[in-house]
Amino acid sequence: MSTLSTAFGDSAIMLRRNFRHTVRNPVTVFNAVLFPVVMMLMFVYVFGGAFKVQGRYVDYAVPGLIVMAITYGLGPTAAAVNDDMTKGIINRFKTMDVARGAMLTGHVVSTTVRALLADAVIVGVGFAMGFRPHASLLDWLAAIGLMLLLGFSVSWLTVAMGLAAKTVESAGLATVPLIMLPFLSSAFVPADTMGTGVRQFAEYQPFTPIIETLRGLLSGDHPSTGHAIAAVAWCVGFALVGYVWALSTFRKRA
Amino acid sequence: MTSSAIAVSGLRKAYGDKVVLDGIDFDVPAGSVFSMLGPNGAGKTTTVNILTTLAKADGGTARVAGHDVVTETGKVRGVIGVTGQFAAVDDLLTGRENLRMMADLKRLSSRDQVVTRLLERFDLVDAAQKTAATYSGGMRRKLDLAMTLVGDPRIIFLDEPTTGLDPRSRRTMWEIVRELVAGGTTIFLTTQYLDEADQLADRIAVLDQGRIVAQGTPEELKRQVPGTHVRLRFAGLGALDAASQILVGATRNDQDLTLQVPSDGRSKSLRALLDKLDEHTIDAEEFSVHTPDLDDVFLALTGRASTEAIAS
Repeated sequence: MSTLSTAFGDSAIMLRRNFRHTVRNPVTVFNAVLFPVVMMLMFVYVFGGAFKVQGRYVDYAVPGLIVMAITYGLGPTAAAVNDDMTKGIINRFKTMDVARGAMLTGHVVSTTVRALLADAVIVGVGFAMGFRPHASLLDWLAAIGLMLLLGFSVSWLTVAMGLAAKTVESAGLATVPLIMLPFLSSAFVPADTMGTGVRQFAEYQPFTPIIETLRGLLSGDHPSTGHAIAAVAWCVGFALVGYVWALSTFRKRA
Repeated sequence: MTSSAIAVSGLRKAYGDKVVLDGIDFDVPAGSVFSMLGPNGAGKTTTVNILTTLAKADGGTARVAGHDVVTETGKVRGVIGVTGQFAAVDDLLTGRENLRMMADLKRLSSRDQVVTRLLERFDLVDAAQKTAATYSGGMRRKLDLAMTLVGDPRIIFLDEPTTGLDPRSRRTMWEIVRELVAGGTTIFLTTQYLDEADQLADRIAVLDQGRIVAQGTPEELKRQVPGTHVRLRFAGLGALDAASQILVGATRNDQDLTLQVPSDGRSKSLRALLDKLDEHTIDAEEFSVHTPDLDDVFLALTGRASTEAIAS
């Protein structure tokens, strides 16, 4: 068997393992979906009336919540990666010559799939709450592509953080910035309504262009080219940094 | 093909300033049980880690099944099975799924049969559909070892396989090891329990502070320690008095009415002793030969009592 097909096969076995973990421990998925749904109810029904946005608030909020659902599900992945490294199972895989990185690929793919599932729930609940996107099929495909790219890239970053963390607890905590950043973006209110310092931060942080691009795609008024490029660039950047960091940490630890 | 399953020479390893292995040599013939005996921190796990390609030695060479552990890691990994000190099972998978994952990773043919056979052999059929998180310590160890056996590795490393197990689970573990050896598997076993090494091993190496302080069969090791003696118990003080007069160098115990006579335990010297008693028509109620156990050996070799002896 060639090295490549071994690596692919091993990754598939690891992926199956991670899916089983998710099914056995559905609380992690439930958490990842429940929190953004609660946020959605709060922001749309409680705060939403007080915010001045263009169009209906639910249409404004859904793209931000889509991103939040992706990042909110990362904590369990970081913890699971760290757990794998600290428990005896990693040594078993190593002495069996399991393809290097198969464990990591398994985590990245399962996290991305979980994120997309959470997004499907968010969009579904959004529809029930009156979300009415005006996206064409192509816009939808582009939006899903961006969700996929974001999920994939922050998963690599999360895997790296899980590997770098000393304990399972600190691994879970390491993803908190990724969960908090969307709050300081244009997810719930337009950046130009914020105070000066926060506004600048919101404008230049990665999640604002990503959310704006999704918003543009879903509303049917195409996103600005600047935002779209920035969104893809941030995602590619996350993925690259996460990948390199994860691999070098994995080599050191494993 | 050589007949040694594991050949180690001049192995060294240090972590920072701390020397963990200070040049050890040993050879394990194929199909035998080799036990590395030593207290915590002696370097047993480090040795296992180097031999199983998890750690690199600073010096010396180690070959497993004829393959160098540094330059031929892939080949080494292909023939070994490892059960470490901490059960390497996946808690969220069931027993069956854990075994199936091993069979998948090893790309075995007829995976279901292999898994079912191992579940039966390790008495885990009833628990096969339960997640490993619900298993008792003994069951986890059994599952761990079953996972190691997937694909029938020729050389198996067991790092303190019975530490923390109850006596019954320990015996089960011993039975399994014996079955494996009967099937031709080579076993490298570390333990801090002398009786375990005594029970299972063909050869024992006593490791202390990174050095092998003694090596040989359990019997050879025991013979290295003086202390074999014959114990005689008499019916009354009269007989005891008479015996202690003719047996020079014996230690008498008036309370127990016993006499301890130093002896090498050979039949010739035993016959001489009995003849002497006969000559003087002294009759002993009880006659027994005591050989030192490995606890005595350990104490004599390292100047310290074994962990087990301290614990009890």
